[in-house]
Amino acid sequence: MTPFNAIIRRDIRLAIAAGGDLLTLLLFFILVGALMPFAVGPDKALLARIAPGITWVAALLALLLALDRLFKTDAEDGSLRAFRNAAVSMETIVIAKLVAFWLSVMLPLLVAVPVHALLLGMNLETLARMMLALLAGSPGLLALGAIGAAVTVSLRRGGLIAPVLILPLAVPILIFGIGAVAPPPAPGADRAAMLFLTAISLVLVAIAPFAAGLALRMSED
Amino acid sequence: MTGFMTYPAHFAVRRLTIEGLSCTRGGREILSGLGLRLGPGEALVLTGPNGVGKSSLLMCLAGLLDHSGKIVWHGQGEDDRPGADLHFLSHLPSLKPHLSLRHNLEFWADLNGGDRALIDPALDEARLGHAADLSAGLLSAGQVRRLAIARLLVAPRPVWLLDEPTAALDSQGDTWVGGLIDAHLGAGGLAVIASHLPLKLSEKPRTLSLGRRG
Amino acid sequence: MASTETARPMRWYEKLAHPGQFLVWSAYLIWPLALASAAFFVWGLWLALFASPDDYQMGATVRIMYIHVPNAWLSQLVYGIMAVAAIGTLVWRHPMSDVTMKAAAPLGAVFTTMALFTGALWGRPTWGTFWEWDGRMTSTLILLFIYLGLIALWAAFEDKLRAAKLVAILTLVGAINIPVIKFSVDWWNTLHQPSSVFVAGGPKMPMSILMPLFVMLFAFTFLFALLQILMMRTEIVSRRISTLERRMAMEPAA
Repeated sequence: MTPFNAIIRRDIRLAIAAGGDLLTLLLFFILVGALMPFAVGPDKALLARIAPGITWVAALLALLLALDRLFKTDAEDGSLRAFRNAAVSMETIVIAKLVAFWLSVMLPLLVAVPVHALLLGMNLETLARMMLALLAGSPGLLALGAIGAAVTVSLRRGGLIAPVLILPLAVPILIFGIGAVAPPPAPGADRAAMLFLTAISLVLVAIAPFAAGLALRMSED
Repeated sequence: MTGFMTYPAHFAVRRLTIEGLSCTRGGREILSGLGLRLGPGEALVLTGPNGVGKSSLLMCLAGLLDHSGKIVWHGQGEDDRPGADLHFLSHLPSLKPHLSLRHNLEFWADLNGGDRALIDPALDEARLGHAADLSAGLLSAGQVRRLAIARLLVAPRPVWLLDEPTAALDSQGDTWVGGLIDAHLGAGGLAVIASHLPLKLSEKPRTLSLGRRG
Repeated sequence: MASTETARPMRWYEKLAHPGQFLVWSAYLIWPLALASAAFFVWGLWLALFASPDDYQMGATVRIMYIHVPNAWLSQLVYGIMAVAAIGTLVWRHPMSDVTMKAAAPLGAVFTTMALFTGALWGRPTWGTFWEWDGRMTSTLILLFIYLGLIALWAAFEDKLRAAKLVAILTLVGAINIPVIKFSVDWWNTLHQPSSVFVAGGPKMPMSILMPLFVMLFAFTFLFALLQILMMRTEIVSRRISTLERRMAMEPAA
């Protein structure tokens, strides 16, 4: 097995072994959605209108909660240090870890979106757009998150500071992510938003392995 | 103690030359002006009081710390990733308690370009063969250390940098580690070992005593 | 042992960048910068408050712009300086780059806050509310969050050398992101006023408004340069103190 696949396989095995964490995360994601009717009142029309925003924010918060695990456990048990002498570069390792993280955290969140649709009264078309937008935007969010997690990996309080660093940078993804779902204010705006979302996501995914790899190398001494 | 059965017959020639090496860690100079040479089959043991820079020197050699001066690994075919043919055994286990012993070693064999066929012999060597499919979280401190050392065996590499390899091991474990290092050197490998306890090696190794600076 | 330094005299650019030499030559800049800044402030404020006309639409509130625009300009200039210093930290590993970044971050945050505050004061009579999710105000708010995040990251590390490298990475990621943020926020809210000072084909504003604006721009930029140098000097001295403290902790009697 190639080193790349070995990392994906190990991280997915670890995620399955710690399956309770994933269930907790999904519960959190759904709870954020379920709390909204209590926060703004059970007005169905209003809820349906703000549902995409709620789902995006819930996904972002769930990601931030889960991100602490991305590099931290490897740093704590010395694996990260041993990665430096692996047969592949740190950048490759970061990409593999991101693929594994996306499959084991973001994909389950995506699957849970229909629960939000049900609770918040999204229609089928909105649900489909929502899932498509999350599919396009979540790699970008994860890429940003990975940079934040890598930069704070050597901090004991990193779990608190990483979200503060990531959230402002996530604004474009949120804007276009919602623009791609919400009813367009101008004709074609939703398609444009979807394209921008995909483009930003791709650029972030291209940058993240280098930025995170560099940060991880600099954190380990 | 038998030698490691499946260990490669011989490593490609590796030599280490260090000239005027200075290491910094956290902006502080740990070592300066160090020079030494090490050839195939040779071991160097670093001794000295705590905080004198034994671990830092190992990290420096592993390419983990900023340094000035020369660290040259001579060998057949200059590798583009010099860090990829050495093992650095730190005090941390680099193991996942949630995974089985076998899966842990499988991962390191794959990641370090090793051979999965070496996993079972390595586990037997570490007297952990009976627990291969149990999760690593069940192991005692000494067993964890032995598994961490077994990680080195599943991907044979000519250079070993070992930081207190016998920490947490009983006397039987000490003998085992001594035998492993002997086998590694016998195969033409190199080892730099930081240890404040005497190692049970068949030949007396070269020793570098690091003292306080000044 | 390690001090293999020969007595070769420093080249001028080495002097410029050496922390100890910086303390020497920057001392000569403090008073001139302070005086220049003060002079431009007196001149600019006089122009802004007494010698310029009210705007025919905005009335006297136009005078807030003479404070607002320089702060908004500095909020971006400072980030640019930090981004260049971040490259210096990562590529050349130069300690002065670290010091530049660290000193600039709080200044950037202050100028950005000032830009937001004066923007809000201007917004009250203009839009009828202190806060409007206008494109520029929103981007500036996000920029402030980025500054504050970077300051928090600086503060979180014990080891300032490591902090510098990691902050540098994040600063550069931010620098790549800021244009995207601006673009997305403008897309999101196209209500913002188009940029009117530096437009192709010359400014549309009358000279009586432009003049105080430029004088104030210089006043604030000199002020920034002065504060930046003072902050850098403080940072260098505090680093020396912590190096001494560390050495004292290591050796019982040197």
